[in-house]
Amino acid sequence: MSGSENSFHLPEGLPIPTAEPDRLSAPYWEGLRQGRLLVQRCSGCGTWQFGPEWICHRCHAFDPDWVEIAPRGRIFSWERVWHPSHPALRQHGPYLAVLVELPHAGGIRMVGNLPGDPMQEVAIGADVVGSFEHHPGSDPPYSLLQWHRR
Amino acid sequence: MIGIGETEYYRHGTSPDPEFKLALKAILAACEDAGIDPRELDGFSSYGDDRSEASRLAAALGIRQLRTATMQWGGGGGGCCAAVANAAASIVAGLADCVVVFRSLAQGQHGRFGQAANIDTISGERAYLMPYGVLAPPQRFAMRVRRFMHEHGVRQEALRAIALASYHHAQANRRAVMYGRPLDPEKYDTSRWITEPFHLYDCCMENDGAAAIVLVAADRAGEFRSRPAYLLGAAVGSGYRARAVPHNAPQYASASFDTVAADLYRMARLGPADVGVVQCYENFTGGVVMALAEHDFFAPGEANDFLTLENLLAPSGRLPLNTSGGNLAECYMHGFELVLEAVRQVRGTSVNLAERKDVAMVIGGPMVTPVSNLLLGSEATL
Repeated sequence: MSGSENSFHLPEGLPIPTAEPDRLSAPYWEGLRQGRLLVQRCSGCGTWQFGPEWICHRCHAFDPDWVEIAPRGRIFSWERVWHPSHPALRQHGPYLAVLVELPHAGGIRMVGNLPGDPMQEVAIGADVVGSFEHHPGSDPPYSLLQWHRR
Repeated sequence: MIGIGETEYYRHGTSPDPEFKLALKAILAACEDAGIDPRELDGFSSYGDDRSEASRLAAALGIRQLRTATMQWGGGGGGCCAAVANAAASIVAGLADCVVVFRSLAQGQHGRFGQAANIDTISGERAYLMPYGVLAPPQRFAMRVRRFMHEHGVRQEALRAIALASYHHAQANRRAVMYGRPLDPEKYDTSRWITEPFHLYDCCMENDGAAAIVLVAADRAGEFRSRPAYLLGAAVGSGYRARAVPHNAPQYASASFDTVAADLYRMARLGPADVGVVQCYENFTGGVVMALAEHDFFAPGEANDFLTLENLLAPSGRLPLNTSGGNLAECYMHGFELVLEAVRQVRGTSVNLAERKDVAMVIGGPMVTPVSNLLLGSEATL
């Protein structure tokens, strides 16, 4: 389970997230590696945007700024996954995935896991806080953002 | 729509024919149904990145002149109605005279939709999902449905009714992969979870097969062997920022028809009360609940009352739904089997004929973008 060093919520072997060839999401993934949550916010009109794009969807200014925000939010939706859709997940599960809304960042949403008892009751609207799950030994290394009840 | 045809429908991995041969067989069957020489085809239209490419089909069939070759962008099964719309648009615009719309899919030969490909790294939308075990379609769509159920108090029984209706209708349909394998409430309730709130029977099958429909201009439709169905309207697309990833669409708890349903009714000059029978793409039953609500058959808060098995059965339920068995129980032909079934309703040849069968709706690919839909009518509706 999460918390201890070199222990990950899901087994290793799932696809490793990387930035696109055009580097669009590179600040996000590099931020996670440093334990920082970076998302786009347009310096022109203040619009929050996630996932990233090369343009602000509201005012059409190019290259929205990346700003650091606190990893906290509330559960917008959730699912409990039983059927393994990847060889790495066989003999694992069930596990919980949550969609978290970040009200302090324009209501953008992110998907992560909710570590702990997979059979726990999950409440839409519950407050959660994020923690960084680092995978330094992977090739390439990467980090994820997981969520916990506050 | 003057001719329909399909191959035998197989469980995934059991087709004796390669995918391209399945496409050829379905197209020839549709031409045979119409009573036309396949060499009279002058266009192809498909979706879902179909691998049976138009120019290869034209060469294989000895098509004299290829005049349109249209692939609907993105959206997977959301293109099953758009491909028909694109063919019709080609004909109305004068680009082509006789277009075949088709889908060929052999998941056993080219990788299954239900299993993530064996890849080492991932970028783009899926990078925000796959490392968290949100890999295959059930996991990608369950949270939308959960949110909709939360917002509107929709119960599991509403999803169950949709699964039961598809299986019920499939028991009268010898083409159906689930023919002879009925479903009852207890079997549904005790089936394993795939991803909550989806039981096994809330999820579409994975199949091999092909299906095709031949279109000509409406004023020529009476010249052919089989009774025609007429395209009364079609719409394609999605609303504001539907594809904001990952899971950032403003209208999240949605099947993506918020704008597309209104477009369809406007083009056809019809409303939900005019529709007698619906074929609605079941990637997952929860998507059907949202799609039917967005087409104004009921308000979201009325879903529990409307979605009962009795209401969804042909011939005389309030809204006969998925009368061939659809993606759940006939065949997951990426939704194209639904379009063929709508033609059968309008023609009066469905084995589960609805009493009000003259106006038939098809809804393609809830929860993706672009989605699409169709209204078909008999000659009496023109």
